[in-house]
Amino acid sequence: MTPEQTQRRRSIIRGVIAVAALAAFYEGVAYSGLFPRVLLPTIQTIARTLYGMLADGSMFEHAGATLFRVLFGFSLAMTVGVPLGILMARFKPVENFFLPLVSALMPIPSFALVPMFMLWFGIGNTTTVLVVFYGATFPILFNTWSGVRSVNPLWLRAAGAMGADEHKLFWKVIIPGASPFIITGMRQGFLRAWIAVVGAEMIAASDWGLGWVIFDAEQFLQADIMMASIVVIGIIGFVFERVVFGSIERATVQRWGMVRMVKG
Amino acid sequence: MLPIEIRDVTLNYDTPGGKVQGVKDVSFTIAPSEFVCIVGPSGCGKSTLLNIIAGFLKPASGEIRIDGKPVTGQGMDRGVVFQDFAQLFPWRTALGNVSFGLEMKGVPKEEREKIAREQLRLVKLEKFTASYPHHLSGGMQQRVAIARALAYNPAVLLMDEPFAALDALTRDDMQRLLADVWRETRKTVIYVTHNVAEAVYLADRVIVMSPHPGTVKLEVKIPLERPRDPLSAEFVEWQKKLLHHLGHEAGGDDMQTNG
Repeated sequence: MTPEQTQRRRSIIRGVIAVAALAAFYEGVAYSGLFPRVLLPTIQTIARTLYGMLADGSMFEHAGATLFRVLFGFSLAMTVGVPLGILMARFKPVENFFLPLVSALMPIPSFALVPMFMLWFGIGNTTTVLVVFYGATFPILFNTWSGVRSVNPLWLRAAGAMGADEHKLFWKVIIPGASPFIITGMRQGFLRAWIAVVGAEMIAASDWGLGWVIFDAEQFLQADIMMASIVVIGIIGFVFERVVFGSIERATVQRWGMVRMVKG
Repeated sequence: MLPIEIRDVTLNYDTPGGKVQGVKDVSFTIAPSEFVCIVGPSGCGKSTLLNIIAGFLKPASGEIRIDGKPVTGQGMDRGVVFQDFAQLFPWRTALGNVSFGLEMKGVPKEEREKIAREQLRLVKLEKFTASYPHHLSGGMQQRVAIARALAYNPAVLLMDEPFAALDALTRDDMQRLLADVWRETRKTVIYVTHNVAEAVYLADRVIVMSPHPGTVKLEVKIPLERPRDPLSAEFVEWQKKLLHHLGHEAGGDDMQTNG
């Protein structure tokens, strides 16, 4: 085994230990009788419920609906956030116009907009996708803006001396040069999107979605369904953070030595 | 190969403390294929002058002409090598870095990689074409930077203390390598340094500058045979002469000798 593989295995083992410890603690509380079993179901019950929802396909439908909204909104946020962040960093008038807007709008929690959007767009995908878009855009935009401003001026000079025009400079130097920040922006943006979608679905979705199913189950005291959905939300979030963005980072900025490798 | 004329170049810097004169009325000429070193203490404007020749800075007055044509900005007739190792693009391999200029010129991929490989062979890095800069040592990164500046075949190579951040042993190797590269390519080289031994080793002619404001103090031709032996009596004699002109008898505070 290479040292890298050993390290990877160790970090997985540590992760498993941490999760097992949390589960044991939870199970201890659940069995202690401090809370009614129906409100704090045991892991066994949750697992059975989760298995049932996977087997009848309903969990896939819920997760699919949520993923669709999140990916749609996140893609919109990327299409707006990255180019606008670059324009702001490259052109002073663009920055002068948008920076105050960004500073004013960024601190507003996307969840605060849900009732408003419901009045305008009704219940369903339009509202939830827009809430996700709102939540994800600012971290992407802000990080891209910082990233472009922190591109080493020596790279621009060197590229200019080698005959790069503005267009080539943009694609061949500025984008890769700002990539550590852009990827960080994507990560933060996705996290915000994932938080926003579950909140938005609780009040602005009907029939499908992980947020909706939690909210719906509460009315029927189905704590096992709520917990099962929470577990799925956590797992999907984890997969995106570690597997999707982790691989993007390993294939790019880590391979180029632009960010240091995380020692596990 | 093109002659370079530098005529009455003056540049002032705006600083929070007011105007500071960078260089004042600097004039000299460089013959095609000549290796010229600009030497002087910190603040003598030698890097400023190089940046003006490169087209990164505009002089307040005076002009630079390359082959009779005035310099108005950056141009592919000049290749530039900086002191900072970070000048390479970390997201490109050594080969990708060296091909960059040719890519900008629109040379097809196969051809530009062939040329880039040849350039990397010239700086003895043919085994590291696929390496990313962060896997290369400082000396290797500077060699990639030299290959990159040569790859699109500029007539003039501008070098701003390229080996100043290297350790003494590596620096000696690099100077030898650069002398070989120059003999093979016969580029016109303008090389800024504050290292007197380096100037004596490399230059056909040394331009000595003095600070506040930056002006040309004198020009010294180095008639030593190549390859030069830094341990020979004449070499040391020239080193002493140059140090003397710089106003330091045996190596002053901001001037360096190799060793």
